[in-house]
Amino acid sequence: MPVATNTILMCAGGGCISAGEESCLDALNKAIDKYALQDVVKVVETGCMGMCDAGPLMVIYPEGVYYQKLTPADVDGIVSEHILKGRIVEEKLLDNPLSDVKTQNPYDDHPFFTRQVKIATRNMGIIDPLKIEEYIAHDGYFALQKALSMTPDEVIAEVKASGLRGRGGAGFPTGLKWELTKKVPGDQKYVLCNADEGDPGAFMDRSILEGDPHSLLEAMAIAGYAIGANKGYVYIRAEYPLAIERLNEGIKQAKELGLFGENIMGSGFSFDLEIRMGAGAFVCGEETALIESLEGKRGQPRNKPPFPAQKGVWGMPTLNNNVETYANIPPILTKGSEWFSSIGTEECKGTKVFCLSGKVKNTGLVEVPMGISLREVVYDIGGGIPGGKAFKAVQTGGPSGGCIPADYLDTPITYENLKKLGTMMGSGGMVFMDEDTCMVDVAKYFLDFSVEESCGKCLPCREGNRVMLEILEKITSGEGEEGDLEMLERLGKNIMDTSLCGLGQSSPQPVISTLRYFRDEYEAHIREKRCPAKVCKPLTRYIIDAEKCVGCTACSRVCPVSAIEGAVKQVHEIDPEICTRCGSCVQVCRFGAISKVSP
Amino acid sequence: MAKIKSLDELMKIKEQAVKDIQMRDTDKRGKIVVAMGTCGIAAGAKDTLQAVVAELGKKGIEDVSVVQSGCMGLCDVEPTIEVVMEGQDPIIYGHVTPEQVVRIVDQHVQNGKVVSDLLVRKGEI
Repeated sequence: MPVATNTILMCAGGGCISAGEESCLDALNKAIDKYALQDVVKVVETGCMGMCDAGPLMVIYPEGVYYQKLTPADVDGIVSEHILKGRIVEEKLLDNPLSDVKTQNPYDDHPFFTRQVKIATRNMGIIDPLKIEEYIAHDGYFALQKALSMTPDEVIAEVKASGLRGRGGAGFPTGLKWELTKKVPGDQKYVLCNADEGDPGAFMDRSILEGDPHSLLEAMAIAGYAIGANKGYVYIRAEYPLAIERLNEGIKQAKELGLFGENIMGSGFSFDLEIRMGAGAFVCGEETALIESLEGKRGQPRNKPPFPAQKGVWGMPTLNNNVETYANIPPILTKGSEWFSSIGTEECKGTKVFCLSGKVKNTGLVEVPMGISLREVVYDIGGGIPGGKAFKAVQTGGPSGGCIPADYLDTPITYENLKKLGTMMGSGGMVFMDEDTCMVDVAKYFLDFSVEESCGKCLPCREGNRVMLEILEKITSGEGEEGDLEMLERLGKNIMDTSLCGLGQSSPQPVISTLRYFRDEYEAHIREKRCPAKVCKPLTRYIIDAEKCVGCTACSRVCPVSAIEGAVKQVHEIDPEICTRCGSCVQVCRFGAISKVSP
Repeated sequence: MAKIKSLDELMKIKEQAVKDIQMRDTDKRGKIVVAMGTCGIAAGAKDTLQAVVAELGKKGIEDVSVVQSGCMGLCDVEPTIEVVMEGQDPIIYGHVTPEQVVRIVDQHVQNGKVVSDLLVRKGEI
């Protein structure tokens, strides 16, 4: 049987699939048929390669050449040029921000890739997630094998020594959590995985599950062995069907090889898990609400203590970690805690996966060492702000986090530093904003999300956030009054102090942090009835420059509400009362005569 | 599939899997470039390519990759292959039939000796 001479990796992460990966794959298979290359070309679908912005992505080995933004037509051309004739297709290569020459193998010279340190996402985009052999080829299940040859206490000691902290947001030391759960007496314990990734703009857990499902399975089995549990649950959003499918396939394959389920590798230790789907309530990412939901009840947080380590699933001691935390476990065991703790900072060891979105050039998924500065993430890895605009702020930690302004770009990213800046690590979403973003509007957006997702169990979050949102709506529609900001601060503090769960306690964070760094913007809205970023519709209007207008009538013809008056070759005028600020007129004006102003 | 019971068995699966995906490794000792332009294909380059892949597979040579290229302008001596081994000048061979492939792999790839009767050109083009 001839060996394949070229291997083509197609990124089948969520981003690339929605950008059209499936039709490109069809085109690829057709091209392979057409040129009779079945025996010499092997096609592998992998998990997310990280650079979602450039999707659909394809890598051709042995050269390791990356092609971006593919269409089915491109694919045929690449097969006939690259595979048949050995010529690189220049125009589909990635641009290299550091030079004029396009990059062929971005792992060598593209800062988006060279600046990353991949631990949790080590196999993503490299292996076929549906083939356990490929995971094993990259040292998969060797950590489990090693753990089973150690005592449970030794395993826990190794995790503790690594300094790994929870990647779900709060940063609790993982090894300590394992130890606490092990020490609680009980015959039946559970290992739980929180895969209910709900923050807007965060998709690392989904990507890990889709791209490297065995990593989670192996880690959960190790955790089960360490704390003395033989059963686990993965609580995952029903909106992640692909992740669920690949996880199920992974469980099946691992069981066939005796690496999961009954009597793992003949050790006598058994571990199995069950997948529970959540209906997508944000609050179910909170661990106690998640457990309620998993048990078939309404997803509402419980009082803590007792913590899940004492009374979790079905009232039994339960170890709960999120997907990214688990994904760090196998390399810690195979390479040792010393190796892991050599990466990162004194308090924060290892790496963190971030999802870059919003106003940044390279949107996607990156894994960087803890302690890297925000500036490096934005400019080196993220490629800067598109369109030559200025960086204004980055929102971290999802709706429970806050915004960090440009002044703090050089802060090393650690749990503690982000907390000091009034935000949090959260699950690792980073939403970038440029000068055209209104911070009051941003705060309103995130608060609106929290109001929508509040479970309603306790009053401060249920009613307090609603009142805060009403005040923000008042401010953004130009009806803000003196005293509103003080009221927001007082309410926010009360909600943070008195809410039951972590979500309620952090929900006013976006408002509080924007008030801290962008108070002048709030004040402009209230005192001058002006939106400095010209975003809030009631505070902006469009005007026509009489000098530049030639009376071509293009704007009045396109205006959907007939707000523009004026005869041919006469200067036109917009009636602000009728105008809906849709901006269509700006698009069609060829003379640059129409602009948006905020008084 | 048999269940894994020991580290050795897990290691065996790993070794096999590593072999299977080694093609993706760009870190190789050398490469064989088969010219697959229209002229080459007309002269039988497809059989040559199959033979190269089969011969390397048969001899268990995994650190030499096989790459296809277009016509290099030597249409009258097709099928041509270029053998590029680390630390040596690239060698272009002409009139390479599947039988000659066996000789080239044996003498040049395995023993580092140029097959002089098939030599077309030595050094960079």
